[in-house]
Amino acid sequence: MIVGEQKPIAEIKEIVAPYDKLLVLGCGTCVKTCFAGGDDEVAVLSSALRLAFKKDGKKIEIEELTIERQCENEFIQEAAPAIARNDAVLSLACGAGVQDIARLFVKTPVLPGVNTTFIGIQEKTGVFTEECSGCGNCELAVFGGICPITRCSKKLLNGPCGGSQNGKCEVNPDIDCAWQLIIERLGMLGQLDNLKKYIPPKNWSTSNSGGPRKLVREDHII
Amino acid sequence: MNTETPSKLQQVLSNGQFAVTAECGPPRGADPEVVRKKAGLLKGCVDAVNVTDNQTAIVRMSSIAASTHLLQAGLEPVMQMVVRDRNRIALQSDIMGAWSLGIKNILCLSGDHQSFGSQPDALNVFDIDSMNLVRMVKDMRDEGRDMSGFELKGPPRMFIGAAANPFADPFEYRVIRLAKKIDAGADFIQTQCVYNMDRFKEWMRLAAEEGLTEKVHILAGVTPLKSVPMAKFMANKVAGMDVPDSLIKRMAGVPKEKAVEEGMKICLETIAELQEIKGIHGVHIMAIGWEEKVSEIVQGAGLASRP
Ligand code: SF4
Repeated sequence: MIVGEQKPIAEIKEIVAPYDKLLVLGCGTCVKTCFAGGDDEVAVLSSALRLAFKKDGKKIEIEELTIERQCENEFIQEAAPAIARNDAVLSLACGAGVQDIARLFVKTPVLPGVNTTFIGIQEKTGVFTEECSGCGNCELAVFGGICPITRCSKKLLNGPCGGSQNGKCEVNPDIDCAWQLIIERLGMLGQLDNLKKYIPPKNWSTSNSGGPRKLVREDHII
Repeated sequence: MNTETPSKLQQVLSNGQFAVTAECGPPRGADPEVVRKKAGLLKGCVDAVNVTDNQTAIVRMSSIAASTHLLQAGLEPVMQMVVRDRNRIALQSDIMGAWSLGIKNILCLSGDHQSFGSQPDALNVFDIDSMNLVRMVKDMRDEGRDMSGFELKGPPRMFIGAAANPFADPFEYRVIRLAKKIDAGADFIQTQCVYNMDRFKEWMRLAAEEGLTEKVHILAGVTPLKSVPMAKFMANKVAGMDVPDSLIKRMAGVPKEKAVEEGMKICLETIAELQEIKGIHGVHIMAIGWEEKVSEIVQGAGLASRP
């Protein structure tokens, strides 16, 4: 999923301050799962904003709404009437959701209420970890299902750096060394020979480095 | 066994002489005098001098420029190059540039992560890894081609080094990694500082068993300890460093004013022991910011007569 984290309330307050009528728009998929922008967060954030502005003596009308997904037109249209009645939208979706709303409602300012952090998983309740960089050319088959491009702090493809100690990454003792994990996993799979292979320089042209990407599925275009 | 290059360090190693290299950290500033001064301290007592590339991710004079100053001062530089700050385009271009200036040795490294440095907000590069870098320099030299396969007019012909850390984990993998670096094209290896001699010897034994010590020149790293706090810092704060408690105790066992002396003693004993290990072809003395100690170490170790 896309993992995100709500922006600090002070920052949100500042970006929404110029508007009198605000729609706080949640997204019911990824950001709901990571407690950043689902209906619960919409409710809590809206109350907090109302209270904060009231304290400042500023009048602001806040409407709350959460749709299933902010990255699909079909769901976005459900929010169209609410968007039309407000001066601005504070989107609690990921950056893709924010931009999709902005693309479809060109005259409405769409503001981000969430920092999109990474593509990851919920390792356990409340703990999210980054797993994928979306490089456009998945090489997980060689690495025992653990991505060194994302999970090694130096994107090393040919084994651990000299800073790996006790299974931890030199950058931060809270981070597992991806290479330690890869080696352990390849051991369990009986594929330790993979470690001897020279992995050539990565072709980054399929990543964001090749410019913004577009996927066209001719077979699905109607 | 290796492609012949005009490197003097290669010559020393190929002749079977025990090589000595030292390290010179470029200044946090643009004054070449600082480099020249360090050069003066190292001249005549070492075969080559590593010039670090923004070590610990702190911005310094570039390794190419500082290497050039060393050249002009009559020393042979080993230009360190990390993949943290340059993509493959910049790396290839800088290697050709360095060669054109007379730099004949390179040490290919990943580089310390920028979060350790003075500008943790920086974007890192890591377009290729240090293994890929070794292969790239080798292909430029032996095939005369850049990474795109383009035939270079006057390719750089550097003597290629890589680093190895026998003290990092997982230990069993460290020999595989060494083998990969040699396959990729490393002619010489400089290791992390040796304090844990038992572990180092075990690594060397495994490397020899795989026939690796026949294929590459290994220079063992040493750093003299200055004090107990320094020993503790190295033990606990420096990633991939292994300083056994027994050494810290030994340092602590002498009065404070004798600590430097004791550190030197340990260093010389280490060098003597390293010289006995089959496959060790030299020492790499890392005494950054303490360059004046290098000649003393070289003298003390009986390695003073450099060719
Ligand atoms: S310690 Fe492990 S995860 Fe961290 S940079 Fe080194 S190899 Fe990568």
